[in-house]
This record gives sequence, structure tokens and C-alpha cells, in this order.
Amino acid sequence: MRLLTHNMLSSNIRGVVNGFPLGIEAEKVVEREVELSAEFLRGVFPKIEWGALVAGARALGHPDLLPGEADASMLASDDFLRRFHRALLQLHVEEGALVCPETGRRFPINKGIPNMLLHEDEV
Amino acid sequence: MSSKIAQIPLVSGHPEVYEPCDDSFALVDALLADRSSLLEHQPRLCMEIGCGSGYVITSLALMLSPLGSQVHFFATDINLHAAEATRATLEAHDVHSEIVAADIASGLQRRLAGMVDVVVVNPPYVPTPEEEVGCEGITASWAGGEDGRKVIDKILPVADKLLSDKGWLYMVALTANNPSDICLVMREKGYASRIILQRSTEEESLHVIKFWRESVADVNGRQSVASGGTGSWFSQLPFMSSLWQRNESSRT
Repeated sequence: MRLLTHNMLSSNIRGVVNGFPLGIEAEKVVEREVELSAEFLRGVFPKIEWGALVAGARALGHPDLLPGEADASMLASDDFLRRFHRALLQLHVEEGALVCPETGRRFPINKGIPNMLLHEDEV
Repeated sequence: MSSKIAQIPLVSGHPEVYEPCDDSFALVDALLADRSSLLEHQPRLCMEIGCGSGYVITSLALMLSPLGSQVHFFATDINLHAAEATRATLEAHDVHSEIVAADIASGLQRRLAGMVDVVVVNPPYVPTPEEEVGCEGITASWAGGEDGRKVIDKILPVADKLLSDKGWLYMVALTANNPSDICLVMREKGYASRIILQRSTEEESLHVIKFWRESVADVNGRQSVASGGTGSWFSQLPFMSSLWQRNESSRT
């Protein structure tokens, strides 16, 4: 699971009002090289919740990878693009869990796949 | 030159996961026939709902590999075994998609709303008793309830929510699912549609329907129907309904 995906996931349990962002418990993190596309990064940037991405990178062991705040003007910087790219697309949580910020319910991540399936009484 | 679609020997299997079959091949063939349009379309995010063995999302990722990192993929399945099979199939072809075990796009649809440029779905479309819908394991891959529409009718509004303004939806449907009614449902949400592949097998009459937001059709000559007039979908309607009636009569 990339942090891109983490940035798009919310707790979907019935009754939860704001299930975003999910906490991350990272047990195993891997990094996989991906070609950088400035076009993709600039296109997706407005949709990214920056605070959640920063928190995600911190949870994956990279507290200094990203600046605490970001605005679109920073997309002109190659250094910023490389950091954004690395956080969003290259770091993967292979094993661990996502945690609902409201209920504390854990959604396990195994083999890089977050399991967002709900029990019958949660739907 | 590397293959443009997934290779069957490299597709991962599991007793509880639907193997690539006629419907999967129809969807991939339809995507392949539309490949140059897809490449021109330059999608940023693509998503498969119900990825099963991973055959379709892997094929889509391979087809769009000329776009490099400009495009990224998501895949969901309600069956955890399917999600794992998809991961193995993707890895065997050296392509990547994010995978989430989820019911349709639950957990993703709020934040991904309006962001997905291509959604592909081979839904559970087989008419079955209602109680089989959404069962554990492989049954969920085909059990579609009354008219096979139970899950399709849940997916359509989700796809509408996920799709960007330029978004395209590709969906497999049977004659028994009443494709003209599926098109009507989407018409009410502002989508034009076209059957881009129709194939009869021994067991079923398969359609692959492509949907796009009507406003976009006007600027995309490839999608527009030459006769114009009241809009592409309406002008195709007589043709489509006669096609389906023929299929129905040939089946009986």
C-alpha cells in the first residue's frame, strides 16, 4: 500500500463521521523505485491532503522527507517533486494496519493489501 | 516486444477465485480494441472494481505502459483471496496496481470521487437467488441476484461518483441484465453509451458497454455518432434495441 492509497482511504464504518486520515501502524515498509512523472505529481497534488501525507511518511519512518506544509508553487522545485514522489509512490506498507481515527478499529494490511471489508454489524 | 495483455500461464489461481473466462476475455479484447483511444485519453488514475484473478487490471496496465508513471492503478475485490491473486498476477507481469480488499469501492469512494479517469468492471451478472449475492468466496464473483442486476445496480452510482469529468466506464453485461436499461440508468446520470463488443458464447450473450459523460462526447469525434441530432445515445437506441431483440429471439 502506497501513501497515495492511504491518502484516498477513509474509515467506512457505519456511524463514523470523519474517518480520515487513518492512522498507520507500519510493521514492514519497502521502497520500490518508480519513474518520476512531474505531470502526474502536478495533476494529483491538489487532491492530496498534505497533512495526512506528512503523517503517513512519518509513520513509515521518514519524518524529515516532506515539509510540514506545501503549496502549488513548490511544484516548480525538482527537490520538492522528488520528495513528494518518493513519499506518495515509492514507499509501500507491506505489513501492518490502518486505524480508524474515530473508533480505533484496525484494518489489517497483509502483503501490501489493506483489508477494508467490514463485519455485518459495521455496515 | 512484450505482450500487451496478461499471459494466462502467469495468471495466479486459487480455488476461491474466478479464473479468466469468456467474459474476462471479452472485456480485455474490448479494451485492447480501444487501446489507442485510451492512450490518447491519457488517464491519470484507472480502477478496476472486482479484480478477481487480476487478469483484466494487469492487461490494462500492460496496455497503458507507454504512458509510464503518468498513470496509476487501483483494484478492489470483496474476496481477499482474489486481492492476493491479483497481486501475484501483477507481479508476474512486472506491473503495479494498488489493491484494496473492499466491497465495490467502500473506503475509497469518498476521497477518490471525481478523480478516476477509467473504471473497468466485469460484475457478478449471473441471475441467481438473492441470497447468493455477496456470499463469501467465489460465489461473489458471479452471483448477481434478480436479473443479475443486484450488484450492477450498486456499482453504477459508485462508478458515477468516482469518474472524473472525462471519465470512461467499461462494463460487461449479459442480455439477461437488460443492457438498454443499464444505459438508461446511466443516461439519467448524464452518460452516453455504446456497445463496443458483442459476443455470443454457448452459454451467454456478452456485451461490453462503454460509458462517457455526454458533454465530453461532443469534443471527442471518435465517440460521436455521425448522425448527431438529439445526441449520440438516442441516435443509437433503435439500433441497440433491435440488436438485443435479435439476441433474445436467437436464444429462445
